Amino acid sequence: MNRAPLIFLGIFFAIAFSWTGIVLTNHLGYAKLQPVFNEDEGKAFPQRLPGEAIRGKEVYRDLGCVYCHTQQVRHAGYGVDLERGWGERGSVARDYIHEKRVYLGTMRTGPDLRNVGARFAGEGGRDWHIQHFYDAQITSKGSIMPNYRFLFETRPIVGEPSPKAVQSKLPPQYQPPAGHEIVLTQRGEDLIAYLLALKDGPLGPDETSRLYVPKEEPKKEASQPEAAK
Amino acid sequence: MSATLTASLNPASSPDVAQRAELSAIDASTKAPALYFLGSSVLWLIVGTVFALIASFKMHSPTFLGDIEWLTFGRARTLHLNAVIYGWSVNASFAVALWLMARLSRAELRHAGLLLIAAIFWNVGVTVGMVGIAIGHSTSIEWLEFPAYATPILFFAYAFVGAWAVATFRFGRSKHIYVSQWYLLAALFWFPSLYGVAQVMLVFEPTRGTVQALVNWWFAHNVLGLWFTPIGLAAIYYFLPKVLGKPINSYYLSVLGFWSLAIFYNWAGVHHLIGGPVPVWVQTAGIAASFMMVVPVIVTGLNQHLTLVGSASALKYSPTLRFIVFGGVNYTLTSLAGSLMSMRSWAEITHFTHYTVGHAHHGMYAFFTMVMFGSIYYILPRILLKEWPSAKLISLHFWATAIGITIYVVGLSLGGILQGIATNMTHGPDASIIPYLSNADVKGIIEITLPYLQVRSYSGVLITIGHLAFAVNFVWMLVQPRPVGATAPTLFRPAPDLEAAR
Repeated sequence: MNRAPLIFLGIFFAIAFSWTGIVLTNHLGYAKLQPVFNEDEGKAFPQRLPGEAIRGKEVYRDLGCVYCHTQQVRHAGYGVDLERGWGERGSVARDYIHEKRVYLGTMRTGPDLRNVGARFAGEGGRDWHIQHFYDAQITSKGSIMPNYRFLFETRPIVGEPSPKAVQSKLPPQYQPPAGHEIVLTQRGEDLIAYLLALKDGPLGPDETSRLYVPKEEPKKEASQPEAAK
Repeated sequence: MSATLTASLNPASSPDVAQRAELSAIDASTKAPALYFLGSSVLWLIVGTVFALIASFKMHSPTFLGDIEWLTFGRARTLHLNAVIYGWSVNASFAVALWLMARLSRAELRHAGLLLIAAIFWNVGVTVGMVGIAIGHSTSIEWLEFPAYATPILFFAYAFVGAWAVATFRFGRSKHIYVSQWYLLAALFWFPSLYGVAQVMLVFEPTRGTVQALVNWWFAHNVLGLWFTPIGLAAIYYFLPKVLGKPINSYYLSVLGFWSLAIFYNWAGVHHLIGGPVPVWVQTAGIAASFMMVVPVIVTGLNQHLTLVGSASALKYSPTLRFIVFGGVNYTLTSLAGSLMSMRSWAEITHFTHYTVGHAHHGMYAFFTMVMFGSIYYILPRILLKEWPSAKLISLHFWATAIGITIYVVGLSLGGILQGIATNMTHGPDASIIPYLSNADVKGIIEITLPYLQVRSYSGVLITIGHLAFAVNFVWMLVQPRPVGATAPTLFRPAPDLEAAR
């Protein structure tokens, strides 16, 4: 008896089954999620990233930041992301709907970056990133993050010093030779713009209530008191 | 028993002349493509090892090669992964799969020249993809980093090789379908399905939001489970009984193992997203499937163990057997560890840590790569009609890689667990239970893991020594002149006498 067709059928259905269940069902189920309007803020969330931040995300992509940093905050009761200040709430699927590429990440050699724009904001945040990218040891002694000097350019000053020069933000030992200045490249500017913009907005409370949270203890004690321990 | 052992180690001495001639003709027909695939795989193995060392040293000494943009950690790590997966592992899989398929189907590989073109295209695709990553065109989608201009080349080259293997099966003279062929046929169909869907839904026409993450891990975990695992198991199911000169313990167990793997492994990938922003039901389904993987793993492990029982002394002589058995044992161990990792409470600790990296190497290296090494030690003498020049180098290869990967997996697992516990402990009453791990900020956590990252680099050096021994032996074998007349296989020590082989 030639069983090859039967074997092939089984092989085909095995993969069709998981594709239907994991990929297709969820694609049909929530790929069309829409932003929600927040009454307090008067805006719809999540918001789109500004243009330079979108360019910065391309730098994030090409340098492989995703291999050491996640962009997903765990919910209360699962890990201590909230206590660490990595977000005010756990991440939900709706947060990612505007992103052409979703970089959830699987590794936390460094901290989660989903809300890094809330931790380092404004001019001070920008300065921090400049120091951190030039040499992570300036801001974080003992860090194993590499330097990203290639996001900067040391160049001779021609005429007036550039208003965009950044060496004044760096400690003395990093100063360029006399007559030179350090500026961020366009890629460096974009990457920092992206990190400053990374922040999840407020979404409705119903969003988090549908997510898995480990059951609280009392229930367990009520049904099976000492025996369970 | 001893006669069959000797015969299987060296088919030239088989008493059945007709069978010997047929096998020789089949082996000869696979020569050109198999040699090309194996040669490229060894080359990519060395390239991938170099990038592995660079990435590993950067992890604890970030200034090492620090100012070279194309070697920044995020790219060096990615170059390592893609070189060893699409360069080494897939090339080796192609060679082993084609050779096994031809032998088991009792069919010569026809028009090997056309197949060679597909083989060249595959390696062109990998090279283009590697250069793309180095110059910043990586997609940063794990396991799918090759840029969009490289992947169509890979897809069509793959489709061609796959079709060739299936055609070889179709035109074979063998009426019986051996369990290795089941695994091979399935793997050859599953990989292009996965790769095609993932390319379309992630790279060319990306789906929206975190559905991307589901597609990503449906693909990435299934590449391990539905491509590398079946290829590795097909090789074990062939070489284990072949080298031992006795049949596999139970036909029914192997069928059960195959179908339970086909059904459960498919769904397991979602465990990479536990606690993440994807629907909880699909996470739960992934956890259930991951745990059900215990069934095929125990069944397959048992079947192979029972085959080896009573013949374990052959491990002293046969290089192929030693690598294959090391791989088989680690298949059981890594799979059981994987099922455990899918538990929510264990994933909470280990998920975002180096533990996962250790686990990935446990599967891809201690299981799959070791099985490929064993297979190559068996196949190459049969297509080249000459023997491995140095048993000492094989021995060095085995011990350096076996000890190296053991240190690697144990070290990173420990480091990862500590990293995970420390990450999950902040200020509070519970935090004082283990003072060393509590209240650590990110820098503190790095300090805790640093010694384990250094151990990883040392184990990497050891593994590199093994790979160099392998590569030297490989090239030496290619260039040495073919001896006249029948040859004896290269074993670790002189072949056993009568009762020794029992």
